[in-house]
Amino acid sequence: MTERRARHLSFILLFVMLALAALTPLHAVEPDERLADPAQETRARALSSGLRCLVCQNQSIDDSNAPLARDLRILLRERIAAGDDDATITRDLVSRYGDFILLQPPFNPRTLVLWSAPFVLLAAGGWVLFRRSRRMPQLEKPQPLTEQERENLRRLLATDRIDPPAGSPRQGS
Amino acid sequence: MTVEWGHFALILALVLSLCQVALPLWGLAGRDHALMQTARGTAIGAFLFTLLAFAALTYAYVQSDFSVINVAMNSHSTKPLAYKISGLWSNHEGSMLLWVLILTLFGALVAMARQAIPLPLLAAVLMVQGGVSSAFFAFILMTSNPFLRALEVPAEGRGLNPILQDPGLAIHPPLLYIGYVGFSIAFSLAIGALIHGRIDAVWARFVRPWTLLAWSFLTLGIAMGSYWAYYELGWGGFWFWDPVENASLMPWLAGTALLHSTVVMEKRDALKVWTILLSILTFSLSLIGTFLVRSGVLTSVHTFASDPSRGKFILGILVFFIGGGLTLFAWRAHALRQGGLFAPISREAGLVLNNLMLATMAATVLIGTLYPLVLEGISGDKISVGAPFFEATMLPLFLPLALLQPLGTALSWKRADLWAAMQRLSWAFGFSVLVLCIVLYVTRGGSVLAPVGAGIGLWLVLGSLADVWLRVWRAKAGWVVNLSRLAGLPRSAWGTALAHAGLGISLIGIAATGWGTEVISTVGKGAEVPAGPYRLVLEQVITRNGPDYRETIGRFQVYSDQQKLGVIEPGKRIFIGQTMPKTEAGLMTIGLGQIYASLGDFQADGTVSLRLYWKPLVVLIWGGALVMAFGGFLSLLDRRSRIAAPRKARQLHGDAA
Repeated sequence: MTERRARHLSFILLFVMLALAALTPLHAVEPDERLADPAQETRARALSSGLRCLVCQNQSIDDSNAPLARDLRILLRERIAAGDDDATITRDLVSRYGDFILLQPPFNPRTLVLWSAPFVLLAAGGWVLFRRSRRMPQLEKPQPLTEQERENLRRLLATDRIDPPAGSPRQGS
Repeated sequence: MTVEWGHFALILALVLSLCQVALPLWGLAGRDHALMQTARGTAIGAFLFTLLAFAALTYAYVQSDFSVINVAMNSHSTKPLAYKISGLWSNHEGSMLLWVLILTLFGALVAMARQAIPLPLLAAVLMVQGGVSSAFFAFILMTSNPFLRALEVPAEGRGLNPILQDPGLAIHPPLLYIGYVGFSIAFSLAIGALIHGRIDAVWARFVRPWTLLAWSFLTLGIAMGSYWAYYELGWGGFWFWDPVENASLMPWLAGTALLHSTVVMEKRDALKVWTILLSILTFSLSLIGTFLVRSGVLTSVHTFASDPSRGKFILGILVFFIGGGLTLFAWRAHALRQGGLFAPISREAGLVLNNLMLATMAATVLIGTLYPLVLEGISGDKISVGAPFFEATMLPLFLPLALLQPLGTALSWKRADLWAAMQRLSWAFGFSVLVLCIVLYVTRGGSVLAPVGAGIGLWLVLGSLADVWLRVWRAKAGWVVNLSRLAGLPRSAWGTALAHAGLGISLIGIAATGWGTEVISTVGKGAEVPAGPYRLVLEQVITRNGPDYRETIGRFQVYSDQQKLGVIEPGKRIFIGQTMPKTEAGLMTIGLGQIYASLGDFQADGTVSLRLYWKPLVVLIWGGALVMAFGGFLSLLDRRSRIAAPRKARQLHGDAA
């Protein structure tokens, strides 16, 4: 566990003591871990920011200073340096640790509801609104003014000001 | 003895809250106005006794009375006074006491506000408030009592988690709780309206100020929490899609939708049934947030199952109030008459679309947060739903909403001319697109999302300015008249414009994170490190003592070319009573950007690992949130939503007579 972990608990103000017992004085991504090749290092950073630190709460191994996260960072850098591609590395990690290690859950039957929910909800809401708007009684189209109304309007506009109706609240302007 | 008095006051507050339910209920059943009136007194009484209990616990913290288990677990005699007090809500028991204190405060405010709410509705509202507070009083007294004494008194307290010893902790939870709990008034008003089966534009006028108040505080609370996390954690992130953060985002999204739907209801008497449902849902999400954070279910389903007393109690409260509210809604909603009509292109329709998007976003956050728990509970499979999921689902919902927002405010009520609205905003839109193109050209090769986000943010800001401009400017009127029209614009119009502009400002700040730089390296004395357009030089490493901690810091001189800009001192602190060091980030604000430095371990040879960031425009993220909250408060001051207006009118009449 880590400072990040401890912060969550501080946010929830709960298992304070528990977090303290496990704080480690390490730091996320130490300089000595990094790869010499900038392109490979960029790949390593991108890959590790999508992998969950398994002993932390909702934190990637890139952000975490837990020893296990450091081990995984070093492991995947070794794999990258050895020439493995991202998909192979991810697949091997998933086969060892399960889908839990992926911060972005894979799309499969178990996560179907999760991934489709936002779009299904939006579409369903849109459909209900569409139906309602068609059922809603149509507003009348505005009719052109009659000659008499035109005359009244001209007369009203000709006067300097129009007294507000009695009892109406004073407007700001 | 003070502690026992506090304990006793808390029990009395529970009794008064129960009276606050029973007496008005009896009054409502028998149409007895005198009994309904008791709701006011009991609500104010419950608040006063909760305040006494809170004061007693505060006294125990200030006195460092370690015979109280809660104080011994969370305080230390050497702590500065401010952190002794804020230590009270650093833990579960104390923060629940703060929660009910604010809940009863809102009840007392409703009881005292001269809002001209009809007595039967007021009695129903206070009755529901009393029900919620009774449940939480019982929860505190039975499972989380902060007043328990220890048999053996320790000589010294265990100390506060150093991460919590920060001004952030002193301010963040109270702000957040005022936001969460403030939505209870909207909930109670909705239940009251369902009980009476009558709802109209006046009801929207009652609910709006309370929603605005809660929303503004929640906005401040979330922004404060985000900034706290940013400077505390040492790697410069400001939002992590953590379940705890999501717990505060859900009521914020639903509350934002509620603010917009009450506008439609107040102006046009439409969307009544939806507004009632949204009022219930918003507070339900606050309760779900409290459950998620307080029950320990987030840490692990198994932790929850192994010590379930607290979790089950809150779950019971949750099921009773949310289930009860929704059942009442299903049973009574048809009694509510539908109101004003509007065309598919109109301000109302725009606000309906806004509500659809915001409600979908709130639901997405809820599902994303609960899905791993539910899946593990059902099948035992463990999955993670982290930031990548929320970014992939929330951005496609948020960006179109932001893109359409200025257009919505330019539409007229009832039936609007879309083409005319677009023409009126053409300057703002054209300018935003121009800036977007320039930025895309300048930053070509980099991320596309950052310029697009910033462009939409700018469009939000300019759209809000255009909104004010179009309301005021009349070409023939001349400057003087136009300026006086500007000054005379209702505060709610300013509030709306500021809140939307604030959202745009935050969005620009968030987009600009794509243009930051990061350096990770090991540095020794005299080392020079670049940070965007600036550079830092490590002058020396110092170890020194603070009031209740010992720290080792690296003193870095910040340069722009050859000019010295100042010094930042990132370091590590060890607090008295603790063994583990805590990272203190070094921050320097230059314009709207920040230099952010955080240190790792100090090595034996005097070097230290450093993470150094340049974050352009980062201040806008929280600055935008402040502008949003300010807009909310300004709108609250509008005469339309002024809570105490009728009383003032009465006083004026009294003076005249």
